Amino acid sequence: MNFDFSDDAKALGEQARKLFADKAGTTAARAAMAKDAPAFDAGLWAEIANLGWTAARVPEAHGGLGLSAEETCQLAEAAGAYLATVPLVSVLLATEALLLAGSDAQQARWLPGIADGSVIAVVATNEPGAVNPVALSVKAADGKLHGVKSPVADLPGAHLAIVAAAGADGPSLYLVDLKDAQVESVETLDLVRRHGKLTLNGVAAEALGDAAAYQAWLDRAAVILAYEAIGTASSAMTMTVEYAKTRVAFGQTIGRYQGVKHKCADMFIKIELARAHALHGVAMIGSDGGELRQAAAAARVASLDAVSYCAEEAVQLHGGIGFTWESDCQFYYRRARALAATIGARGWWADRLVRALELRNRAAA
Amino acid sequence: MDFNDTDVEAAYREQVRGWLTDNAAEYREPPATPWKLDEFIRRSKAWQAKKHAAGYTGITWPRAMGGQGLTPMHSIIYGQEEGRYHAPSGLYSIGLGMCIPTVFTHGNPEVVQRYVPKALLGEEVWCQLFSEPAAGSDLAGIRTKAVKDGDDWIIDGQKVWTSFAHASDFGIVVCRTDPSVPKHKGLTMFIVDMKAPGMEVRGIKQMSGGSDFNEVFFTGVRVKDSHRLGDVGNGWKVALTTLMHERLAVGGKPRHAPGYETLMKLARGVEAPAGGPAIEAGDVRQRIAQSYINDQGIKLTQMRALSALSKGQIPGPEQSIAKVVVAKTMQDMASFALDLAGGDGFVTGADGDPELAKLQGSYLGAAGLRIAGGTDEILRNIIAERVLGLPGDLRPDKDKPFNAAA
Repeated sequence: MNFDFSDDAKALGEQARKLFADKAGTTAARAAMAKDAPAFDAGLWAEIANLGWTAARVPEAHGGLGLSAEETCQLAEAAGAYLATVPLVSVLLATEALLLAGSDAQQARWLPGIADGSVIAVVATNEPGAVNPVALSVKAADGKLHGVKSPVADLPGAHLAIVAAAGADGPSLYLVDLKDAQVESVETLDLVRRHGKLTLNGVAAEALGDAAAYQAWLDRAAVILAYEAIGTASSAMTMTVEYAKTRVAFGQTIGRYQGVKHKCADMFIKIELARAHALHGVAMIGSDGGELRQAAAAARVASLDAVSYCAEEAVQLHGGIGFTWESDCQFYYRRARALAATIGARGWWADRLVRALELRNRAAA
Repeated sequence: MDFNDTDVEAAYREQVRGWLTDNAAEYREPPATPWKLDEFIRRSKAWQAKKHAAGYTGITWPRAMGGQGLTPMHSIIYGQEEGRYHAPSGLYSIGLGMCIPTVFTHGNPEVVQRYVPKALLGEEVWCQLFSEPAAGSDLAGIRTKAVKDGDDWIIDGQKVWTSFAHASDFGIVVCRTDPSVPKHKGLTMFIVDMKAPGMEVRGIKQMSGGSDFNEVFFTGVRVKDSHRLGDVGNGWKVALTTLMHERLAVGGKPRHAPGYETLMKLARGVEAPAGGPAIEAGDVRQRIAQSYINDQGIKLTQMRALSALSKGQIPGPEQSIAKVVVAKTMQDMASFALDLAGGDGFVTGADGDPELAKLQGSYLGAAGLRIAGGTDEILRNIIAERVLGLPGDLRPDKDKPFNAAA
């Protein structure tokens, strides 16, 4: 049995954590909150591209390294852990869509730029009024898209959007070159990551695969985002555990109280359950295994549970100081909402999990 | 990444499967009616002897102790394959899993020679006498005392929650030999003959109606000093080595306990409170998802641990979450499922539904599982302290002489 990341993937994750510990983290996140701050840290982005992280998953034929989804997930976890102020997770999600559904021409057009860091690609599933990623009001017709996608993570400053829209055979993905598109910024609860509104007034768009490809991409996106959430949850837990070791109340460090330490233990439990399902998801992406749909949905739900719990209890266990603007707790608390608000909410994914189990049972019967 | 055996593992699994096919045919199906204790013991002994002859006992033990000298993965593979059958299991799990490794680690050569081979062969059954009425989570609070008398020790006191004491020939017992030193320091471990004069075993009837455990009373029970395991006053450390062997046992949901699939099946057949099939109700689907995430999450977490073992590494701390998740999930799932069934979920006996009876059994049993082998609270302490590095609870009695502590 070899249910674990490869040593190479772990080494890349370690490299990413080292760089982000130095160049990202909560200090950088605080700087990014300023109204006049740039959309992302361009210097760090250049460094990431130089290190080949954006090229990791891109096939060698398109200027990449041809690595696996394991590398993608390691990078997503590191980005989540350090709230990295670069559009890395967005680009990883877009890369996965191009890999999964792109024609040769589409891949040749976009992947080399993604690999060298010159193309920032984002994914747009959310839209005003839509409560899940398959009930879409943005319509595709005659090679054009009509409607509004918002909020879209990392949209300001991006070059390519991969847009989910209602197509002839169901919700599907479309490529939109953003140089022709109308982009405005949108304020969200997450003050660190920039979000935008993409207005599509008959903008030209190429179909990226079919409706089935969109469903398959949602599974992969759920696994990648689960790792981002696990990274964020782990940082909230670590910060809280360290605080509980030093903060003194009633003559002893608060970490001695079971009321505190049991919440810390529950953070660990929720993170490990999420890790188990997310790893199942990566294994299934790697093997095209039949359990990807249930693994991805379970990873999505378990990781959202972990990050919400860790972020909420981090504030609680820090006490009053945790509720101040100056405390770093708010970054995790706010980011947990951002994670919950992409590619469909927890309830929709829990239902998708049960549907996957029902399909499996029917197939077995 | 894959869930496959290595070549060595696959070959061993094949060999085990072949042997079980030839030797375990009578246990392909569960017994039509549960075995009575005598029948269970008779079958357990016969099955253990058969396994022993074929080299499937003491798989990870050193060869010098009669074991096979193989890896934990070999033992796990054997367990997985035997688990496909309904062979009698459990009678030896504590004795061979915990007691005898303690005997061969800490016993003198004569004691090892006398007890280990017969235990492995299954001729003699062992139990572990640790917990007491006042020493549960706080295991070092043991009051059963052993007093030196010439070359013997005389034991007086009471143990509790002893599995299979009524079927056991011998046990390992932790006693207080010096109450004037702090509680962890005044303990000593002995081998005791369960049929010795002064021993009395009484069954405990559990809340669930079953009787899996016993109380054991010691009144002037004599034990030879040669049957001491480890030094006088070193019993806590010896007990920790016993419990270390328990940690290798990969715990999970009891094999036949209802899980998320039971809930799905039930929900297909009953109506939701607001009408329509329960399986289509949003809250029911959310609970099915949660049960899957917990049940399957622990199974996958164990596969992470097995992968480490398979590579010859020590599993990470993640497996420490298993029991605390499994027991509470069983309880939550069973209560939710019984609620779905309405009044039928409450009826037992001749008017009861056999499928619901399994959920009722799971609901009653889960209350015990949340306590046995470490309560939810102690397990959270362990995660917080050993995994996350948080400080231990304040223990006012820790450094005081046992007989001076409140």
